[in-house]
Amino acid sequence: MNGSTNNHSGVSLQVRGLRKSFDGQEVLKGLDFEVQPGEIFVIMGPSGSGKSVLLKQLIGLEPPDAGEILINGKSIQSPEITSQYRLAMVFQSGALLNSLTVGENVGLYLSEHRLKPPEEIARIVAEMLETVGLKGAEDKMPSELSGGMKKRVAIARALVIEPQLILYDEPTSELDPLSSVVIGEEILQLQRRIHVTSLVVSHDRDLAFGVADRIAVINEGRILTIGTPDEVKRFNDPLVQSFLHADFKREP
Amino acid sequence: MFENIGELILLFWRTLLSLPLAWRQRQKVFDQFYEIGNASLLMVCVLSFFIGAVIALQTGPVLVERGLASAVGGIVGIAMAKELAPVLMAILIAGRIGSAMAAEIGSMRVYQEVDALRTMNINPVHYLVLPRLLALAVALPMLVVFGILVGWLGGAVVADTNSHIAIPFQAFWANLRDVVEVKDVVNGVFKSFCFALIIGVVSCHQGLATIGGPRGIGRSVTKAVVNSIVLIVIFDYMLTRILLK
Ligand SMILES: Nc1ncnc2c1ncn2[C@@H]1O[C@H](COP(=O)(O)OP(=O)(O)OP(=O)(O)O)[C@@H](O)[C@H]1O
Ligand SMILES: [Mg+2]
Repeated sequence: MNGSTNNHSGVSLQVRGLRKSFDGQEVLKGLDFEVQPGEIFVIMGPSGSGKSVLLKQLIGLEPPDAGEILINGKSIQSPEITSQYRLAMVFQSGALLNSLTVGENVGLYLSEHRLKPPEEIARIVAEMLETVGLKGAEDKMPSELSGGMKKRVAIARALVIEPQLILYDEPTSELDPLSSVVIGEEILQLQRRIHVTSLVVSHDRDLAFGVADRIAVINEGRILTIGTPDEVKRFNDPLVQSFLHADFKREP
Repeated sequence: MFENIGELILLFWRTLLSLPLAWRQRQKVFDQFYEIGNASLLMVCVLSFFIGAVIALQTGPVLVERGLASAVGGIVGIAMAKELAPVLMAILIAGRIGSAMAAEIGSMRVYQEVDALRTMNINPVHYLVLPRLLALAVALPMLVVFGILVGWLGGAVVADTNSHIAIPFQAFWANLRDVVEVKDVVNGVFKSFCFALIIGVVSCHQGLATIGGPRGIGRSVTKAVVNSIVLIVIFDYMLTRILLK
């Protein structure tokens, strides 16, 4: 450990020349960006543009083909990184452990690493579930939950970690507008409370422009633009503009 | 199937290294142990009883005809203890428990639960493989001891009741106890311990190596069972050869 200050603030994230292919099909075609400690960085892009693949590389689940990913200057692939920094990811599908109850899922990090006594864990779990609007759901099984509820449990499970870097993969894709706002507020809250660095993948425009410090728009494995929400709104590129302003047109 | 022998040995080694964490995982070990017992005790009983019975039926009349009635108990005793109970119980458990382990871990892999564990800095080997391997390593030898006893009983019942054999119960037992030594049973139990490790490592490895969707899970389950059985039979020969003095 290099100093205890690391332990309670967000980490920086640097991505350089990141490439990834799956059987000949290049999904990420050289990405470069940097996220500052404590920043909320939103990645937008059409379906299939490689956002989920990018997040998996960022948290070290898959090695990139080329390029590097640095957390506070240290490669994500180095073995001690996961014990040095607390990282969390909210998967697009939730990825709850189906054999455990909701409460056990949320408390898993604390109980497996023996960080708190059981009563304390139960209290934290109840609190977190209430935060995401699922008060009293501890004893339900994941299979009894709707898609949106699973997503919220997954968010609660990530919040419990009090991470220094949190990656959200489409946190609001299955939520109603009201719950989306709650999740958006929680993303902001968490950032204020523990100065976590947040990376949010989303095509929810309201969420993106509501929480982002900066936004990156990616398409077909390349970054089209990076900037503050205002800069991105003004960015003069037909693809970006059509993505940001797509809407139904009903014949009158 | 032999291309991933290296990976199997590596997984086994990693699990051994995580043994100090066994006490922490005792609840999961116990759950797995209970599940294994619950799922297979009745099948072990039925299988062993009929295997013991059929050996008595096959050998009994031939031996009795040649005036070797006193050998039937010994043959059933040795065959059951040293060979049939360990191998057949292991094959049964590979089909019943190994398949379930591969399916469960495989679906956790496919539905990103294993990834979720890794992002929480929870090692899948500690969390998933260690409890399963330990539970199997304890449960299978116990099931085999049980199977040996039930198999002897099956042999004794057939020897007693079948009119072509007609060796009284007590005579069968006396003969069996004359021939079978404790070390023969220990020999069989030791083999089953090795088979348990094979089933556990192969099944967990296949589960963790699952790729693709639900079809990938199916493929993993098949491979886990087939590879376990092939390895069990090969190891059975080698272990028997080593244990032969
Ligand atoms: N394991 C894999 N093997 C092969 N191809 C993959 C794999 N994972 C992703 N891909 C491919 O990578 C591309 C990007 O997928 P990804 O899941 O990152 O999209 P996404 O931007 O997250 O889309 P969505 O918004 O729909 O979630 C897709 O074309 C997909 O087919
Ligand atoms: Mg995605």
